[in-house]
Amino acid sequence: MSQSPHQIDVREFHPRAQAAINNPQIRRNFRKAMDGLISKRKLAFEEWDLESLRTLGANVRLKALSRLPELLVQLEQQLVANGIQVHWANDGDEACHIVQAICARRQAKRVIKGKSMVSEEMELNHYLEQHGIEALESDLGEYIVQLAEETPSHIIMPAIHKNTDEISELMHDKTGTERSHDVEYLTASARQQLREKFMKADVGVSGVNFAVAETGTLCLVENEGNGRLTTTVPSCHIAVTGIEKVVANLEDVAPLLALLTRSATGQHITTYFNMISSPRRPDELDGPEEVHLVLVDNGRATVYQDDELLDTLRCIRCGACMNHCPVYARVGGHAYGTTYPGPIGKILMPHLLGLEETRHLPTASSLCGACGEVCPVRIPIPDLLVRLRQESVDGDHLHPARVRGHGSKRSKLEAMAWRGWRWMHTSGNRYRLGTRLATRLRALQPRQLGAWTRYRSAPRLARRSLHELVREHQNQQGGPQS
Amino acid sequence: MAGPTRIYPSKPAKVYLFGTCLVDLLYPEAGLAGIQLLEREGIEVLFPQAQTCCGQPAYTSGYHDEARAVAAAQLDLFPEDWPIVVPSGSCGGMMRTHYPALFKDTPLQARANDVAERVWELTDFLLNVCRIQLYDLGEPATVAMHTSCSARREMGVAAVGPALLGQLKNVTVKEQARAEECCGFGGTFAVRHPEISGAMVNEKVAALVDTGARQFVTTDCGCLMNIAGHAEKSLQPLSGQHILSFLWERTGGKGGTSA
Repeated sequence: MSQSPHQIDVREFHPRAQAAINNPQIRRNFRKAMDGLISKRKLAFEEWDLESLRTLGANVRLKALSRLPELLVQLEQQLVANGIQVHWANDGDEACHIVQAICARRQAKRVIKGKSMVSEEMELNHYLEQHGIEALESDLGEYIVQLAEETPSHIIMPAIHKNTDEISELMHDKTGTERSHDVEYLTASARQQLREKFMKADVGVSGVNFAVAETGTLCLVENEGNGRLTTTVPSCHIAVTGIEKVVANLEDVAPLLALLTRSATGQHITTYFNMISSPRRPDELDGPEEVHLVLVDNGRATVYQDDELLDTLRCIRCGACMNHCPVYARVGGHAYGTTYPGPIGKILMPHLLGLEETRHLPTASSLCGACGEVCPVRIPIPDLLVRLRQESVDGDHLHPARVRGHGSKRSKLEAMAWRGWRWMHTSGNRYRLGTRLATRLRALQPRQLGAWTRYRSAPRLARRSLHELVREHQNQQGGPQS
Repeated sequence: MAGPTRIYPSKPAKVYLFGTCLVDLLYPEAGLAGIQLLEREGIEVLFPQAQTCCGQPAYTSGYHDEARAVAAAQLDLFPEDWPIVVPSGSCGGMMRTHYPALFKDTPLQARANDVAERVWELTDFLLNVCRIQLYDLGEPATVAMHTSCSARREMGVAAVGPALLGQLKNVTVKEQARAEECCGFGGTFAVRHPEISGAMVNEKVAALVDTGARQFVTTDCGCLMNIAGHAEKSLQPLSGQHILSFLWERTGGKGGTSA
């Protein structure tokens, strides 16, 4: 039985982060992997005008989002015209039920899955297992994570938290594979086991990277061929995706694909790029008899209502933000306790789970801006983090909070402290008097400053403030100048 | 994010200096060094005595009403059309990139935009507006440079520090590994998530010590008190200084002869 993310308390971020930081193996695994991904991305964009390409990517996504309702209607019409059945789900449970009902109608007992973060968000495997349906992950990383009864720790590389030794040990325990340091051998062994499952699967479930409204085409980016097998071998293919994945035209796919693969893994193109436009046609020899698309809302329509938060929906799920995040590199993906970890998780999960449950995520950032700098569609991630911090404490009467669970982090004591800070800093006279006192009493300054001095010595107040030094300096120069 | 490329103005007769609260209380000598460097370039420096804080601590903590009130109190301090120079990428970034959003659709919007437009990070101003030429009078020294994330990504001035240090003929500048990575300060982040911040600054100090330099300079006091504070606490052979203090001392300031 796979672990249901429901069993994880997202609020327990601190203990999980602390445990990861104290685990040298986890630290090494992530650091090594992230360093590799950062340099591969850099190399992949070397001969490109990256900033122009990012602007193009942002514009393509913005254009699609600005016409989202209309494009979704067009997508449905085109898909139906192509013979693909379309389903709409308000939330994860509804989406799971749709998938399960299709399986039940087809008396399907075995589902093979391509990689899909939306299916993780839905907790689909868990749901299907509860209804007596086996759901097997076929992406190598997802397969490893499923064997370990874990959740993905990265949206592109789900098993990135494990090194070869750990994977070898796991495969030995769970599948009887001989222990080996040879990645090729382990991969071949997993592939052998998965091939048999593909042949016996009744239904294939996949995600979608881009859904093209104009042509009714579902695009799927992958490296292992498991996506191709998932969507062609079983007699029924069910694709699941978030409603934001739609783009207007086929031409829009080109820049997004160029950005996605380079940002994610530093590849100029992935090994496979699938464009699915219909079930098997009468004159065709293979392909599924039925193709379905489940369009999942799960909070996205609410995000869409807000002009600023809307930018969250531009995301093309490349994972570059987590690869470059100094916090993610230290705590790893599991510490977050959410389907999407890292910077994108911090700005997306509050909408899926509410701000009360995710209250520690928006603050778990130094706002260094590395994520926003690499985002291929220019999502202003640091600005959105600040917005969510504001929502968490109901901190802006000009922009009333609207995210579910807003205000849940507001404490009377903290609010009072900030009011005091405001009182002190809105008057030059009060401030000068206060700082004059503080600098004169510097000998009384405490040596211990709570969490700060756990890792650092306390900063020492100057003998005299810059305000005073400037006065003195100006007197020496011959009279104050302001 | 660094905005569009800025057009540097010609050298003005006067500038306003916004000192920032961290410089004011913890590293005032850096602010004074900045003033003296500007004055040596023939610029009169106006220091409004009513200035306090840019408002960033409350802003990044989500208390935007409080941030707006404190920021509003600064907007009146720069009535003439002189540039506003700030000895910090972080506070400069707050004023330059976040004031317009903070005051959007308020009666102060136009004034906030006007102030934001005039804000410059001080070392950037010295290099690219004053076109400063530094004459190194110091003994041979080796330093590592740490550029703050806000100086790098909000103000877009990552090239400035190394360029200024490069003018000092007796100074060897060492590049740290992962120079672009955050030191872990992040304002209240350091106390809200001390274990993560601690892990970050620990690796930052290690990277700086690994350069072989025994001192580092930086554009921002947040990074300075974080990195130097951790080095001191963990007994690492590394001391830090604001880049303005370093530049002033090497070129004739405290203890030297005037260039």
